[in-house]
Amino acid sequence: MLKARSACLVAALWLGGALLPGVAHADAFSGLSSARPDETAATVSALAGSGAPQAGAVLQALGERHLFTTPDGGLYIRHGEACIDARTGQPVAVVPDGLKPIRLNNRIRTALAGAQAEMGLIAPQADIRLKAADALYGRHDPAMLLALDHALSVEKDRTVRTRLMQARAATILAQPPGQGAQDARLEAVRSLAAAGGLEARGILAGVARSDAEALPVRHAAQAAVSSIDWHLRAWGVLQNAFYGLSYGSVLLLAATGLAITFGVMGVINMAHGEMMMIGAYVTWMVQQGIRATIPALEPVAILVAIPVAFAVCGALGVLIERGLIRFLYGRPLETLLATWGLSLILQQAVRSIFGPTNIAVQTPAWLSGSVAVGGMDITLNRLAILVFAGLVLGGLMLVLRRTPLGLQMRAVTQNRRMAALMGIRTPRVDALAFGLGAGLAGLAGVAVSQIDNVSPNLGQSYIIDSFMVVVFGGVGNLWGTLAAAMALGMGGKVLEPTIGAVSAKIAILVLVILYIQRHPRGMFPVRGRGVES
Amino acid sequence: MNPFSTHGTRSFRGVIWMAAAVVVAAGGLAMASLLPEGNPLHASAFVVSLAGKYLAYAMLALSVDLVWGFAGILTLGHAAFFALGGYAMGMYLMREIGARGVYGNASLPDFMIFLSWKSLPWYWWGSDHFAWAAFLVLAVPGVLAGVFGWLAFRSRVSGVYLSIITQALTYALMLAFFQNGLGFGGNNGLTDFKDILGADLHAPMTRAVLLVVTGVLLAASLLAARFVVGSRFGNLLVAVRDAENRTRFLGYRPDQVKLLVWVFSAMIAGLGGALYVTQVGIINPGEFAPANSIESVIWVAVGGRGTLCGAVLGAILVNLGKTLFTAWLPEFWLYGLGLLFICTTLFLPQGIMGLWRHVRKPAPEEVTPEVSDTQGDET
Repeated sequence: MLKARSACLVAALWLGGALLPGVAHADAFSGLSSARPDETAATVSALAGSGAPQAGAVLQALGERHLFTTPDGGLYIRHGEACIDARTGQPVAVVPDGLKPIRLNNRIRTALAGAQAEMGLIAPQADIRLKAADALYGRHDPAMLLALDHALSVEKDRTVRTRLMQARAATILAQPPGQGAQDARLEAVRSLAAAGGLEARGILAGVARSDAEALPVRHAAQAAVSSIDWHLRAWGVLQNAFYGLSYGSVLLLAATGLAITFGVMGVINMAHGEMMMIGAYVTWMVQQGIRATIPALEPVAILVAIPVAFAVCGALGVLIERGLIRFLYGRPLETLLATWGLSLILQQAVRSIFGPTNIAVQTPAWLSGSVAVGGMDITLNRLAILVFAGLVLGGLMLVLRRTPLGLQMRAVTQNRRMAALMGIRTPRVDALAFGLGAGLAGLAGVAVSQIDNVSPNLGQSYIIDSFMVVVFGGVGNLWGTLAAAMALGMGGKVLEPTIGAVSAKIAILVLVILYIQRHPRGMFPVRGRGVES
Repeated sequence: MNPFSTHGTRSFRGVIWMAAAVVVAAGGLAMASLLPEGNPLHASAFVVSLAGKYLAYAMLALSVDLVWGFAGILTLGHAAFFALGGYAMGMYLMREIGARGVYGNASLPDFMIFLSWKSLPWYWWGSDHFAWAAFLVLAVPGVLAGVFGWLAFRSRVSGVYLSIITQALTYALMLAFFQNGLGFGGNNGLTDFKDILGADLHAPMTRAVLLVVTGVLLAASLLAARFVVGSRFGNLLVAVRDAENRTRFLGYRPDQVKLLVWVFSAMIAGLGGALYVTQVGIINPGEFAPANSIESVIWVAVGGRGTLCGAVLGAILVNLGKTLFTAWLPEFWLYGLGLLFICTTLFLPQGIMGLWRHVRKPAPEEVTPEVSDTQGDET
């Protein structure tokens, strides 16, 4: 039908050209300048199948609003000052007078999208053909069936062929069922079932519900829907697992520092969240500084921020220990109050200096975007945080196991008095452990700045979860912290789809509270004589 | 060294004076509020509700002091009991609105109609009776504290761990109460109250009476707390605080001792919350915020831990400071509060009461050399 119509148009063009030489004439393009949108739309649809050499360029220009018409029926594509005759593709020296853009309305846009997809089907490049097939798959416009059949008859590329088959199946199933078409529809159902995805599920579910459909088709569609559902759910679980891992790694970063200070000194640093917040602000300042001085380094500013944040927060930590915590030695509960007071001051200070609103920490291009793995999206920044958390944990293990400081810290954790008797300067270890903990919080802040809002309240939103990780995991054992962080992160995200985000959080809190009743020292308690009576 | 030795805390003569002072002050203020507008001694409605708020907070502080000062449990979640008591009273006040709400429905509160609920959930049954509400004010915090405490003390969760799970408790409750589906008004909480027991909540007379009631109940709680800590049970409490394991070895059950005082304290907090709601006129999930609980601990620390009077004094002074500060220098209130936390713990470990004692008795003689058994007891 399309072919016949376009053949007529081509003939008309030919005749018109012969009869009225030199005058603007009726051809495949002339309908475009019509005042009536439906005529323009019809011309656009016809153009795709016309085989006119300029059709592709004209349609593209139309979509980009570069197609102009003159009162005498001339068509021109104008980009700025350059102007070409749309019919011939030849540049014109003088821009003609009275150029008027061809306006688009929704009707024309729909026709244009279809026409471009149709043209794409016969493009020489496979990737363009694939794109066109994709577009048609989503449109299931019955008018495209002929074009699809034609494309299928000549298509050699397997991927494109599969996609075309699926597009055809979707188009067939989207039509109301007719007489004697049962085999074709069954075939289409199978083809769509193989395609999978939400789009296919929607069509198939419609077929399965439809009373007009023949029973075998409905059954096949129903089966296909369940199979697609299963796949979607499986991918959904994986996606959630990834979110869980990602959140778990943030918790891990936030909680390791807390766990270390708690392990070594028996104090909970309530200002730990504020250290994270400061780490995030340091990230921002490093970015601003680098942008102002060496813009070329901007993409790696975040890498520069890592050591800077560690150093700033670490130094602050040592300062806090020397200036405040050491005077409260032996009174862990009062340390808690003092550090809470400190957290209020730090929050307010940051609020006074940087303002109470969120600041925009940049995510470098190499950390934005995502990769699709099967049915799930892996966002690069979250992946990077996962890797970063792993590296930090590994580095910390090395420090604790292979350095003198680590040895001393472990000794003090196990038995402070005995360690002191062995000549370990416990005040120095305390100060360094507190600094290390604060530095780790700074690193967590760098990570969090990439996925969360950075405001003076940033620390507050993580502190309780980090506490939970520490008490859940037990003290003095990094594996415990790791296990607890991942368990809490995953647990929350696994529960989330069924009971909602907030309820999941509540459930996790309650579960941890109950767990602590059974295991008052967490999952991996320190064993030995020095620990508890 | 433990600064909270038993000597000194045994004499609670001050408590009686404090209770009397509270009642007299509340009564005086209430009378002043009933004076005509032009009178120089007239107290405005704002001052009256502010005073009521302070006294309600003082009850919260008192309850924190009972567990922290005498049983050594640093609670970071006591505001949860306070807020639960408030919600229990709020439910009653909500039902008292009756058909005067925006939607004019006599049986359903406005927010439920807004959420297109058809009937009252079961836990709202009976909330139109004041007696039931009063029962809930004590029962809900008491039962929650009972269950939580029974679990925690039985398995000997203590120290920082206990502090953190109390914080988790109030945080979880806050998240839960923010949910619309829970049936407590979500974000907005319960507000727009009109009457209590048929008396207009906005009338000066009602406000004056409420203030007096709050003062009397605070005084009663003070005396009750004094009775508890002054009794043999109080000795046991202090023993548990200072040497839990030794007490256990002597054949006592520290978990039961702690549980009793914990539940008692939660009920006082709940009562405080109920009085708070009647005078402030709103209760929302923000009251559950962990920060509130921690603030109530600092009131006690400022006043003097383990003295009962100190809790009341601290709550009133700190809140007065907060009111003045936020009016004059809102920017600096958090600095002030933060410094208060730090300086109190560093320089004033026994609070204002400790300072007072120090002034009165410059060189407190050590009656017995203190045995430091922290090493064996808690790590």
